[in-house]
Amino acid sequence: MSIHPRVTARPLFDPAIVRRAIRDAFGKLDPRRMIRNPVMFVVEIGSAFTTILFFHALVTQAGDASPGFIAAISVWLWFTVLFANFAEAMAEGRGKAQADALRKARKDVPAVVLSAARRDAHRQDKPSSQLRPGDIVLVEAGQIIPGDGDILEGVASVNESAITGESAPVIRESGGDRSAVTGGTTVLSDWLIIQISARPGESFLDRMIAMVEGAKRKKTPNEIALDILLAGLTIVFLLVTVTLYPFGVFAAREMAAAGGTAHTVTLTVLVALLVCLIPTTIGGLLSAIGIAGMDRMIQANVIATSGRAVEAAGDVDVLLLDKTDTITHGNRQATAFFPATGVTEAQLAEAAVMASLSDDTPEGKSIVVLGIGKLGRAINVPEGARPVPFTAQTRMSGVDFDGRTIRKGASDAIARHVATTGDPHRPGAGLPADVRAAVDNVARRGATPLVVADGGHVLGVVQLADVVKDRIKDRFGEMRRMGIRTVMITGDNPVTAAAIAAEAGVDDFLAEATPENKLTMIRDYQEKGHLVAMTGDGTNDAPALAQADVAVAMNSGTQAAKEAGNMVDLDSNPTKLLEVVTVGKQMLMTRGALTTFSIANDVSKYFAIIPAAFVGTYPQLEALNIMRLSSPASAVLSAVIFNALIIIALIPLALRGLTVRAAPAAVTLRRDLLIYGVGGLLLPFPFIKLIDLILSGLGLA
Amino acid sequence: MTATGIGQIILYAIVLVALGIPLGAYMARVYTGQATFAQRVLGPVERLFYRLFGIKPDQEQSWKQYAIAAMVFNLLGIVVVYLLQRMQAHLPENPNGLANVDPRVAFNTAVSFGTNTNWQAYGGESTMSHLVQSAALGVQNFVSAATGMAVLIPLIRGFTRRHADTVGSFWVDLTRPTLYILLPLSIVLAVFLVQQGVPQTTDGKETAALLDAQPGTPPADARPGTIVSPVDDQPRDATRGGVNGPASPDQGGRESPPVINQPIAVGPVASQVAIKQLGTNGGGYYNVKSAHPLENPTPLSNFVECLSILLISGALCFTFGRMIGSRKQGIALLVTMAILLVPFVALTLQQEQQPSPALSSLSVDAQASALQPGGNMEGKEARLGISASALWSTTTTAASNGSVNSMHDSYTPLGGMSPIFLMALGEVSFGGVGSGLYGLLIFAIVAVFIAGLMVGRTPEFLGKKIEAYEMKMASFAILVPVAAVLLGAAFACLVDETYTKALSNHGPHGFSEVLYAFVSQGNNNGSAFGGLTASGTFYATAGGICMWVARYWIILPTLAIAGSLAKKKIVPPSSGTLPTTGPLFVVLLVGVVLLVGALSFVPALALGPIVEHLVLHP
Repeated sequence: MSIHPRVTARPLFDPAIVRRAIRDAFGKLDPRRMIRNPVMFVVEIGSAFTTILFFHALVTQAGDASPGFIAAISVWLWFTVLFANFAEAMAEGRGKAQADALRKARKDVPAVVLSAARRDAHRQDKPSSQLRPGDIVLVEAGQIIPGDGDILEGVASVNESAITGESAPVIRESGGDRSAVTGGTTVLSDWLIIQISARPGESFLDRMIAMVEGAKRKKTPNEIALDILLAGLTIVFLLVTVTLYPFGVFAAREMAAAGGTAHTVTLTVLVALLVCLIPTTIGGLLSAIGIAGMDRMIQANVIATSGRAVEAAGDVDVLLLDKTDTITHGNRQATAFFPATGVTEAQLAEAAVMASLSDDTPEGKSIVVLGIGKLGRAINVPEGARPVPFTAQTRMSGVDFDGRTIRKGASDAIARHVATTGDPHRPGAGLPADVRAAVDNVARRGATPLVVADGGHVLGVVQLADVVKDRIKDRFGEMRRMGIRTVMITGDNPVTAAAIAAEAGVDDFLAEATPENKLTMIRDYQEKGHLVAMTGDGTNDAPALAQADVAVAMNSGTQAAKEAGNMVDLDSNPTKLLEVVTVGKQMLMTRGALTTFSIANDVSKYFAIIPAAFVGTYPQLEALNIMRLSSPASAVLSAVIFNALIIIALIPLALRGLTVRAAPAAVTLRRDLLIYGVGGLLLPFPFIKLIDLILSGLGLA
Repeated sequence: MTATGIGQIILYAIVLVALGIPLGAYMARVYTGQATFAQRVLGPVERLFYRLFGIKPDQEQSWKQYAIAAMVFNLLGIVVVYLLQRMQAHLPENPNGLANVDPRVAFNTAVSFGTNTNWQAYGGESTMSHLVQSAALGVQNFVSAATGMAVLIPLIRGFTRRHADTVGSFWVDLTRPTLYILLPLSIVLAVFLVQQGVPQTTDGKETAALLDAQPGTPPADARPGTIVSPVDDQPRDATRGGVNGPASPDQGGRESPPVINQPIAVGPVASQVAIKQLGTNGGGYYNVKSAHPLENPTPLSNFVECLSILLISGALCFTFGRMIGSRKQGIALLVTMAILLVPFVALTLQQEQQPSPALSSLSVDAQASALQPGGNMEGKEARLGISASALWSTTTTAASNGSVNSMHDSYTPLGGMSPIFLMALGEVSFGGVGSGLYGLLIFAIVAVFIAGLMVGRTPEFLGKKIEAYEMKMASFAILVPVAAVLLGAAFACLVDETYTKALSNHGPHGFSEVLYAFVSQGNNNGSAFGGLTASGTFYATAGGICMWVARYWIILPTLAIAGSLAKKKIVPPSSGTLPTTGPLFVVLLVGVVLLVGALSFVPALALGPIVEHLVLHP
């Protein structure tokens, strides 16, 4: 059972992106850029150093080693750097393609600036690039909205496909939770008066382009910590190789004193050893992993304001989920009929359907669907029927025809209704006892009871319940196995909330939620050391969104909510939070696995290089050449080539990320340690041997 | 390996754990300020100290204040030890009339004892007066050990506190363990050793009539105290000014009267030996340390002394478990330490039990049989045998003790590699008192970091998030000893002193001697391979710097981590949290320690013991 973030059709190695990445790989050789990545910077210096050694050997013919050998090492060291640059360029390339598309939406457009928020106010034309926050603009049908802002007046349908990729227009209106508009989107009908809220160059679209391109990419906290560890390891291995030279001097001097030959280790071999030992695999792929993680978020149509937020998503251990739309389908639906004594289910269903035929609310429609399902036949509105709509006074709705008055409504409303209408069988009475019992039962289950009456005769109860989404319970189970608590937020009363919470399988719930107690709950969890994620769309969600560690705002929501959150979901799908967490975890896991792999690789490289480096001084060290590599030169070269090629081989893993499994930490760790730790220990042996066989077979070394 | 040998080791492990559990619990009581019997007796002394030095025991320090207090205290201690050595000829308690100590050796020794290393670039009984032995070296034996423990405690508090700005009071954390842990334990051990026959006196020497009087010229290296001349001991030229008058090699050829008496150096030996074993100091009273029959007279004394090496370091794991409220965590760390140690004990035991190929080729039968234990007996006390020697040599290097009961220089190449490797792991398998555990916890932080990434969470250890700052400090702490060792040994390979003066063996074995010297000092162990003259300018100075750097540049980042952890909140565990008590974590931690150790030192070992082994066994 695995959780995959939504994967789009874009292939991993799109030829256009690959071509661009190859070009960029060379551009990235600039040392001023390379120094940001200490591991690969060391490789670049090593490559330059061996190149100098090569020319020195070529000119003097008495250099560090044979010119051919130095040249081969030097070329492969350059490849190592280029491969790492290529990986980064590949990761960026995918974002760049998307950024180009977004940039088209950002072109300068004319804007009509109003002196006041009225259509008849004084108008002035200005290019969108000169708009300032607070400016009021009028946008009419067919025009492009010139900047991010809030609607002051008007209702319009807006095409937001430039940003969301969704072609169906959305309604935007002043007031409420759908008042935010984004620059670069197009008004299709009607008009809007908008107050601009973003400076030019800082709009949502600009942020999105920067994010996608990775231009403003800052290293995430974990990336910094890992960088420090890698730099530490690089220094350790630098010390190991640098000190190996004097150690070699000692050995050569002692052997010479004992009458042997004074071979010592060459600088070329030491540089090769250094590059093989320092964690180039993870060092070369580290930034690609980060960029690819952001890219996966974008593929899932989530725009994160920073990589930090994506990474924090992996750490989240409490998810606050709104009940409506996330856990349950938007509205309550009819799920069962409970007829009164002496009434058949068919009679009740028929009456309920009739009372609901002209009811356009989702609840009404669901009663029709359920009733027709039970009856097995269609029911039409009788001739001359008069629908009775729901009013706040009567709190009932229904239909009058042929002298019958069918009503459905809350139990107390129907009780009052039948008391006044009068039951021909039991005049003056309220609801029958069995109906009252059914009403209580339904309410206890957290559902809403609707009572149906025909005239004064109470026919029974319709149960309206929240319908929990398919598979959501499994999803929460997976979360629980990964150590993530799910908390349902709902405005319902505690009884209803508890029932739905039990059905959906969440760990906890907050009933009768208000913005204040939501905020308090987040603070409580954080105080206990948890990291909290939530989704929200309304302005009143803003404080809680700002407080949460990971806050996904719905694109359909208000500007305030989008500002407060650290991610925006363009699809406005609250369930996406689960994917966000997965992508965050994936980023960390991929880094961890490749770090382990990279360090474990070193063992085999010692077995290849150490005997090769010193066999001239101590022939007995040939015993350590357990791979039986054909010659010292071939052994060193094979290790260097393996070290370079493994970067290329792991690019797909770095870009795609590890598969996140719903399993406890210990299980995941055991599996990944076996694959990347033990695997990393063993894998290089056969491959280095294979490269050696090819080299010696071709007579190259 | 013989059955007796394996039996000895199993017995050793059982007794160690049996004593470690109650001692660990007791130490936890001392550190958390709960009443103990020792406190009732010595409480007034503790309070007197505080009054004398104006210390308010309940006034806690931030990690920086704590670190400054520790640094200043240690620096003062080192200065005092240096000055006492340089002035010993003019000071009392110098019955044998020893001269002032050479400045380079005095510097090396002062740093050595201040840092809990106890590397000895001198011969004890023939260089240091009683005053220096007890007031300088003896005092440092206590306080350097207590300093190590005092650095561990704030780290433990770092894990247990939340949103805290302070990590404890250095003065309290220094005084309490000295008074309530080290002092009582070393008194018990000293009394036991006296009972076993170890001298404890203020006299300088005893004179024994030789059964076999030596006519005429004495051998050039006749020295006081070498009644059985067990081994060829190290620091050759550091033996100037022995009690028997000058006995330097240049006088070897001169005529001298027949020798009928031998002076035997004695002194306050038992007390010194007790604390040097318990406090993982290792600086013996005699030059040959516990191979000397007066330091280590009986099989029982050998067993108990060997046990004392690991006792406190092992018991601190239990203390840790109790203080953080998870005994399982303490046990996991102890198991980690044991897993790191056992294979090396086995390797050395197995290698030493083999007859030397050099002797076998001369038709010497050194196979173990019913009539003889066999094996490589060169450099080992015949009284103690191979198993007791192998166990001691590996435990003393696993813990940063450094006392010896056999000469590691004479071990087989691979048998002698175990001690080097155990030290090179950073002294984290038991290690020094306190320092071993905090060293292992630093490695645990790195292990947890990598593991945390692999499970997709910001790593946390015992509920504390491990972030960039902790990684910076942990990387630094791991880097420092590696740098000290490798750079020290590298410079040694480049200076002429090595080739002209220091080396007594050449080729790969000579390299092992140089490497051993710096691995030992750069990890604050202090044991010597022997064979290397370490009192020359380069070795005394470079060694002193290595010891200094390796001790304090690990203490500082450790305290910094303690301070940073104490400020953080505690993340409650969930099934997404990596459990750090199970076998998986132990395997991971062992793997990280071994991998870092192996990857840093394998090339050097390949040029020393490994090539030597391959030469010997073609």
